[in-house]
Formats: sequence, structure tokens, C-alpha cells
Amino acid sequence: MLFGVITGRKEIWIINDLGLFPRRIGGMMIALTPSRFAGPIPPLRVQKDILSVTQSSNSFSPQTVWMLDVRDNRDRDAFAAIFDHFAPRLKGFVMRSGTSAAQAEEIVQDVMLTVWRKSDQFDPARAQVSAWIYQITRNRQIDVLRKENRPIPDELTIDPEAAPDASQVIAVEQEAGKLKQAIARLKPDQRRIIEQAYLGELTHQEISTRTGLPLGTIKSRIRLGLEKLRHDLKDMH
Amino acid sequence: MTAITHHTPDALLAAYAAGNLARPYALLVAAHISMCLECRAALDAHHVAGGVVLDATDAAEISTDLKAATLAMLDTPYEAKPVQARSGIYPGAIMAALKGKPPRWKPLGMGVRQCILSDSAEGSARLLYIPAGRAVPDHSHNGLELTLVLQGSFSDSTGRFGVGDLEVADQSLEHTPTADPGVPCICIAATDAPLRFNARIPRILQPFFRI
Ligand SMILES: [Zn+2]
Repeated sequence: MLFGVITGRKEIWIINDLGLFPRRIGGMMIALTPSRFAGPIPPLRVQKDILSVTQSSNSFSPQTVWMLDVRDNRDRDAFAAIFDHFAPRLKGFVMRSGTSAAQAEEIVQDVMLTVWRKSDQFDPARAQVSAWIYQITRNRQIDVLRKENRPIPDELTIDPEAAPDASQVIAVEQEAGKLKQAIARLKPDQRRIIEQAYLGELTHQEISTRTGLPLGTIKSRIRLGLEKLRHDLKDMH
Repeated sequence: MTAITHHTPDALLAAYAAGNLARPYALLVAAHISMCLECRAALDAHHVAGGVVLDATDAAEISTDLKAATLAMLDTPYEAKPVQARSGIYPGAIMAALKGKPPRWKPLGMGVRQCILSDSAEGSARLLYIPAGRAVPDHSHNGLELTLVLQGSFSDSTGRFGVGDLEVADQSLEHTPTADPGVPCICIAATDAPLRFNARIPRILQPFFRI
């Protein structure tokens, strides 16, 4: 899907990106059909671990590719693409909590800068780009609101060499896509409750009685990824 | 370490992900996730859902110069906020509440000690140190009480709670957590309301002990 719409210089960019994947995504099996590339193919930095995959469905969403390029290559064009996609939604999202337009833009800027500065924390094997940005946004809104940092879990120590495979990333994206469809199919008032819950408008008591999102499969999928990381860590020691 | 069997209820995780959980509870949820892979994955799942909501939000028009201003700031040096690291049995979130120092225990009698981390209108969070075989002084509470075990284990009428287990007790539960034999039990308890005592310590002393 993604590779079909990208042309010209960006093709080379993707290949470069792939060359970088094995650094984070060990043993990853992803690749491109050579015929999709019109331009000359630059030498890959890492040749092994790359297989040919013809199905275009076996690729990452544009957002994930942009974000990986920000993370691994500090690519400003990719960051600009992330900005164009998320900044307007983010502003709308923040304003739904009653934030003024001016303050919402401040938060949008803060969040986007955090996306750039903390890109090493982005892990597509655990959650899609919008999930990561959602998390940053809520943390930021709460810190602004309460003028203090909220308690956060310890970061998982991740071995930079060992990380999940592409199939895990794709599976998480697919689960997120299914959830999106499930929410879109809800009746408007039910959908409104889900939105309220994730906008921080419902207490935990209200959530326990009023929502019931099908999160089971996503949870087990993410847990699989986390367990794999943990095993990789064990192997290392 | 035995496996964690008592986890964070989903509604608490969703409220935590959305940032709408009273701070004392948020502290325990963050600490539990630090120790529990299952709840870490579940929290990620709520972030996935939050991301879906974010993605589906109608775009608002942004000022024309916001993008250029943001891009211009990419190279601005910035200092990352220091993150409190885990220390011994205490996850980073609890160490942050302790301001990076070891707990300063205050005796409660019978060898039981406590260290109050926060106490406000929003509720309270405190560390409890319970020698083996000792009970936490009998109490009931107005709201929800969360207890996370950091060392040793305790048991009460609802079961046994080991390291990493999170007990969720609502106001109907009048329980008497008792530390199991072995190392002293260290746990952290949070409420969204002041605790009231049933016995042992005269009511007049309660403000002093702040239990
Ligand atoms: Zn758990």
C-alpha cells in the first residue's frame, strides 16, 4: 500500500530506511519488490535479514514509516509529514477538552517537539504512531493542567540490538485498524462514550459501567511483543 | 518471585491512560505497571484506543506559521527532564514520590510502620511496613483502597497478595491484611478519601497518626 504511492527520491529513502531496520528490528523479514523502484537502488547498509515480499499489504502505514525515519535518520521531511498529518487533528483533539485555540497550539507544538526529541521511545511493535502521540499529548495536557508531573511507569529496558520483527509491527497496525472500524460501527452515543473516556472526561467508575471496548486481542498481541523483548533480554545475559 | 495474579482493573487503566485518575491511584497503577508485563500491554492497548480516537478527530485549522516555528525549534537545545529511576524494591514512580530518598518510617505500634507520601483532598498514598504475622491496624475506608505489595506478602479475607499484586478493595470490604511469615511485608496503599479507624487507636489520635 505504502510503497505503491511513494515515488522518486522517496523510494531511495525507503530503501535506506530498510537498511537501518536490522539495527532495531533484529531478524526482520521485510522487503520490497525491486520492480517497484524506478530509480537506481543504492547499496543497502545491511544486506542480510532482508527478504523479498511481494504483497504490498505487508508494509507499514505511511505514519509508521515517517516516524521510523524520524527516529532512525532524524529526517526533517518525514517529521514535516508527521506534523502535517497530526498537528490539525491534535489541535482539534486538545480543543475538545475545552482548551482555547491559542493554548491548544502551544500544546500541539510541545507535543510535536517531544515527538522529535524522544523519537527513540517510539516502538511500533507496541502501539501505532497515533497511540504514541496520544500518550504524549495526555501527559502534556495533564502536566500543564496540574503543573506537576504525573506518575509514570518505569521504562522497559530494551536491548537496542534485539527488537520485535516486522510481522509484530504489522499485526499491531492491523489490530489498531480493526479497532478503528469497530468504533466507527458503534452507535453515535456509544461512540461518544468511548471518546469521552479517552479524552479524560469519565471517571474510572463511569468507565467501568459504560464502556466495553474489545481490547482483548490487541492486549495479547502487544503482550506477545513485550514477552519477546523480555526473552531477548534474557538471552543477552 | 511468584507470578503476579492480582492486576489493575481495566477501568482504572483506561482512566490512567486518559489522565483522569486521582493522583494516589495513578501512583499505584504506574508502580504496578513497572512490575507487570500484562498490565503494561493492557495500558498500551488503551493507548492504541486513544490513538484511534485521536486519529478520528476532525482536523482544526492551525496557524500558518506554527509548522515553520516548530521546525525552526528542532535544533534548539533542550534538557530532558530527569526521570526517577527504580531503587531497590521501589519503582521509579514511588521513588519520585519519595523525592529520591529512602522512606522515613514512623511507628504505628506493634512493629508496624508507615511513611506518608501524600495526603490531600485528593486522597492519600502511604508506604506500610508490616512485620511477619502482624496485621495492619483494623480499618475501613470511604472510597476505593488500592494496595500494591513491594516486598513479602500479606493475606486477608479475599486472598493472598505477593510482590507486584494489586489489591482493589471497595468501601464494603472491612479487611484485616496480615503479613505472611517470612520477610516483613512492605506495601503501598492509596485511597481517594481519608481512612477511618475502627479500633485500636482512639479516634482522637487519628489526626496525629493520619491513618
Ligand atoms: Zn498487572
